[in-house]
Amino acid sequence: MAATAVEAHAPSRTTDSIVPLGGLWIVGAVLTLTVVLIAGNWLWGLDFLHVVGGGMWTAVDLFMGFVIGPIMRSLSIPARIELTKRLMPKMLLIMPTLVTMTLGAGFQLALANGMLDASYPRHGWVVASMVVVAVMAIVALALLQPANIAVLFELRKPQPNPAIVQILMRRFIYAAGVTGAMQVATLVIMTRLAT
Amino acid sequence: MSAPEAPDLAGPRVIELGMLSIALVAAGVIDLAAYLPRRAPLLPPVLLLAAAVAVLAVNVALVLRRPGFALWRFRQVAGWMLLVYLVVAGMLEFTFLRDHTHGTVLVLMTLLLATFTLNVPVLAGYTVARFELEPGA
Repeated sequence: MAATAVEAHAPSRTTDSIVPLGGLWIVGAVLTLTVVLIAGNWLWGLDFLHVVGGGMWTAVDLFMGFVIGPIMRSLSIPARIELTKRLMPKMLLIMPTLVTMTLGAGFQLALANGMLDASYPRHGWVVASMVVVAVMAIVALALLQPANIAVLFELRKPQPNPAIVQILMRRFIYAAGVTGAMQVATLVIMTRLAT
Repeated sequence: MSAPEAPDLAGPRVIELGMLSIALVAAGVIDLAAYLPRRAPLLPPVLLLAAAVAVLAVNVALVLRRPGFALWRFRQVAGWMLLVYLVVAGMLEFTFLRDHTHGTVLVLMTLLLATFTLNVPVLAGYTVARFELEPGA
């Protein structure tokens, strides 16, 4: 029954890119701005990118893990596939861009402010933030992003397998939840450093 | 029509090994960064780098030797991901040079970055290709 329903909603096989190409110029602009600000060591700009990027990254992770996740579980399989088809291509552009601008600007900011110096009074907190970021990066790069790409490939097939889509989406939502929880630790560290 | 079967997820622990390799890289970078601006003792990050490269090599071998694996899809996804992460790695290398990192530390950071950059396409390519059938299968 579920399979029949999925077939009725199955996307036709296309040769379109799984990446929403129309959004690439925004990604390019953000990354170029990040490079320019790092090269120019413009602290206000770096602060802006770090705070805005970090806030959005945290919000998206928490929203995906604790709002979209439970909603997704309550939907029928065809509805999950429809939501996934629209959500995941955008996530493929949004998340790597947010992560790159936040971490790139943050590292340069920490260097300019002397926070990376071992003599900085709260250097231990800075190292702790690196450990938290490392854990989030491992979860994101090994679970979150590959699941995102794999589900998009599955949905391009003439008859997507709902079991595969479910496995991958469950992995995506759980991984987003884990990184969301780690984001809370990041917020604790960052507010401590800024106080 | 019968419902599609749940996929068989048995196989080598490529994801877990990839996570281990990236974790070893991260530990090496954090160890180097924790001593700034002084120079960190180089033995720990060198050992971490060697371990990360060894785990990556084992992982690639496991992927390439897996029977019935959709290598064509793995190469397609891993190739594009490599291109994307070369851009990211280029940005990071630019930051190292911009911050006057030099000498042995620069070499170590670059090798750690290269190991990281190679791990990401392997993980993405494997995750996509394990759900793919070989043409004609």
